[in-house]
Amino acid sequence: MNDAFYVASGIAVLSTALAITRANGVHALLYLVISLLAVALVFYTLGAAFAAALEVIVYAGAIIVLMVFLVMMLNLGGAAAARETQWMKPRVWIGPAILGIVLEAEIVSILARGDAGVPSLAVILPRDVGIAMFGPYLLCVELASMLLLAALAGAYRLAYLERAEG
Amino acid sequence: MLTVPLLQPLLLAVLLFALGLTGVLVRRNFVFILMSIEIMLNAAGLAFIVAATRWGQADGQVMFAFILVLAASEVAVGLALILRIRHRLTTLDADAADLLRG
Repeated sequence: MNDAFYVASGIAVLSTALAITRANGVHALLYLVISLLAVALVFYTLGAAFAAALEVIVYAGAIIVLMVFLVMMLNLGGAAAARETQWMKPRVWIGPAILGIVLEAEIVSILARGDAGVPSLAVILPRDVGIAMFGPYLLCVELASMLLLAALAGAYRLAYLERAEG
Repeated sequence: MLTVPLLQPLLLAVLLFALGLTGVLVRRNFVFILMSIEIMLNAAGLAFIVAATRWGQADGQVMFAFILVLAASEVAVGLALILRIRHRLTTLDADAADLLRG
């Protein structure tokens, strides 16, 4: 389990450092996805499987896809096609691909070990998280839902202004 | 049993947070600033998960779920603002948006 943790955290730090130093937005996002997946694996080794799943679904899934959409929208223009072919060069995706393959090998080795690699004492089950969330933290859940509603209304309002002006 | 000392995961959280902070301070592109903020929020979530493991309580993971909600709403409003700024200033340079009035 220690090896899995150290490899995953090394990949996380490396890909984050590469993400914030890229000049191109899409290259940075590729490294950022790898970084988030590595952090999800760190969560798993810490016995937080539910948080790891949430990290993959919400961070690496929803949020990064939203940012990819934005970068694609901002790059609309005459030079877009030329950039598109430029992004397909192996030099661009080979770095994130290698880091992703290392993560994949790590997951496979954890699964191949049979016991799912997770300590039985430290694991916090999703059931416990749900009981805590809808017990003592019920008010916070309501506040979070209001925050999401406010974000929805705010984003819609800003997009509406954009349409009205343009 | 988990044998990683909990100092290392906390160090990882500190490193990731420092990288995100460096990104916010160094980069002048709005997209990269938003990405760096995401990295910092993620590092804070990692610290909560480490605390949850340390004490064997679910509270840390509940806080991580709230951080996820915060990050999602922040990125939604932030991206809409970036689109507006791009529309109005025709650039993504953060230094160009220096007029604090409507």
